[in-house]
Amino acid sequence: MKPVPDSRGYFGPYGGRFVPETLMAPLAELTAAWQESRRDRAFRRELAGLLATYCGRPTPISRAARLTQHLGGAQVFLKREDLCHTGAHKINNAVGQCLLARRMGKVRVIAETGAGQHGVAVATAAALFGLRCRVYMGTEDERRQALNVYRMKLLGAEVVGVDAGARTLKDAINESLRDWVTNLATTHYVLGSVLGPHPYPVMVREFQSVIGSEALLQIRSQHRSLPNLVVACVGGGSNAAGIFSAFVPHRQVELVGVEAGGRGTRLGEHAARFAGGSPGVLHGTRSYLLQDQDGQVVPTHSVSAGLDYPAVGPEHAFWHDSRRVSYVRVEDREALDAFHLLSELEGIVPALETAHAVAYVARVAPRMGSGQAVLVNLSGRGDKDVVEVARLEGVKL
Amino acid sequence: MSGRIEKAFLRARKARRAAFIPYITAGDPVPARTVVLARALERAGADILELGVPFTDPIADGPTNQRAAERALAQGTSLTGVLGLVRELRFSSELPVVLFTYFNPVHAYGLARFAVDAAAAGVDGVLFTDVPVEEAGPAHEALRRVGVELVLLLAPTSTRERVKAVRKLAGSFVYFIARTGVTGARAALEEGLEEQVRLVRKLAKSRVAVGFGVSTPEQVARIARFADGVVVGSVLVDRIGELGDVPELPGEIEALARSFAVATRRR
Repeated sequence: MKPVPDSRGYFGPYGGRFVPETLMAPLAELTAAWQESRRDRAFRRELAGLLATYCGRPTPISRAARLTQHLGGAQVFLKREDLCHTGAHKINNAVGQCLLARRMGKVRVIAETGAGQHGVAVATAAALFGLRCRVYMGTEDERRQALNVYRMKLLGAEVVGVDAGARTLKDAINESLRDWVTNLATTHYVLGSVLGPHPYPVMVREFQSVIGSEALLQIRSQHRSLPNLVVACVGGGSNAAGIFSAFVPHRQVELVGVEAGGRGTRLGEHAARFAGGSPGVLHGTRSYLLQDQDGQVVPTHSVSAGLDYPAVGPEHAFWHDSRRVSYVRVEDREALDAFHLLSELEGIVPALETAHAVAYVARVAPRMGSGQAVLVNLSGRGDKDVVEVARLEGVKL
Repeated sequence: MSGRIEKAFLRARKARRAAFIPYITAGDPVPARTVVLARALERAGADILELGVPFTDPIADGPTNQRAAERALAQGTSLTGVLGLVRELRFSSELPVVLFTYFNPVHAYGLARFAVDAAAAGVDGVLFTDVPVEEAGPAHEALRRVGVELVLLLAPTSTRERVKAVRKLAGSFVYFIARTGVTGARAALEEGLEEQVRLVRKLAKSRVAVGFGVSTPEQVARIARFADGVVVGSVLVDRIGELGDVPELPGEIEALARSFAVATRRR
């Protein structure tokens, strides 16, 4: 079998490096530095140490007893990435890439952010390593994630609003790529998901694969067998890639990625790339893309800023086509219901992104037997969303 | 192959000039003006026209070209529409046209069908902003079959190996990015640009046109001394954006373009 991805960063027909010529040299530099760091025991030891003593890993798996009882079907387990330092899985990748940036002699990091969780994670890691940090964020996302904007500033990062296009994650990535191409010598671009040109999709997946490798051992010891189903939300797809990667070889485990169904099925109303998209090229990679017939990228909508993105990581496209992972959509309303459900039954306020995965579990767990187990990647906590949910529900704070 | 690009370089060389290559975004400010603007640029002394295909997410471009793309898209400009504009231009002009495009509109159109339709419309070359030489094989093959040139980009960060790889696929010329960054006007040229261009010409064994950030006649004059062509874009696009769709637009752009065209003469 051919290795996935191949040396050019292709997962089957997806991936690659569709970037301006100027970025090819820094991508080669990054690939070499990353490959070298993987072979370097000191680097691996330092990263593992930071994950343990700074990020709070391993994160536990909680048995969601009341949710299980409420749903009346499969047993539900939660992989608690919300307990990571900064409140989401994003820190795993941010610490890894900032460590790499320091190794490459870069003094400045930049990042895009949608929900603000990746921006906060990079600002945090930059503070830890003494790197200068700038975060690009669409102005629409700044509005709905105001708390995280201030958190980044507290951490010493500069937050730059992007007032172009849809003013969301996609536009923040455009601006980050422009900054990077202008400041190559000093700057590393800490891309936050399994997106973008090679090596980002495979590198970010590897930094996030700690989620899956922990979860595999934990569920085996706590449930005494593999789960029947693993569920994760998919924006760019980093938390999903992180947990799926360990389970992909175990064919008996069903894997489901949950996309944002937004407010409807028409183009422009959602961010369900596998339901409404087709192969295309955006941000340096070939994958499923929400586009019109002229190849222009269409606006997306989701209540969750972190899922509000028109493309998806190329490895997900590969898993989709090879049918190893199924992708489903959950609409805003269902996600908001799940946001409340988990808060009230388990005392865990999930991020709106994560609530999409919980909503899917609420849909399917009742149809499963009590001897079966579902593992959900609880990718982030929902403190950042409290104000926006209150606004959506007409609650005055 | 039409050979229009080749002839344009030979003509410029004979006149002891660097080829003058203005850039505009197709459909900006309105599609009905694109052919008129192309003719105005031709009268001003354009040797080759670089015609931008608007895209929603132009990662290689600065704010100037980004806004031009937004204006053009708001007017309903599509790749199909741009090919129609080139066909229209060909009724009255032999000005060589190089499309400057992101890959996705072509990917959505279908590479093979695009190549055939572009050739039929009278397109002479295609430059993909986001297709480096490693990914350029299929595009090169599709365009070669129909006699359209693939124009590849090189940058100050390109390694020798990459310059040599480009040599294998390059047509009449390669496009050298004058500085690391996005498109857009710049006050100063990079140090060492002349040496870089000479090295690229030697390694790529190809003509070199220089662009990205060239915004004054003085810069054009300096580059013309050592490059085979000079691309001037943002300064024209900025002016088109300021003026909008007014009657004096073609005249104004012609006058502005002429101030750059005369600077391509080698003294």
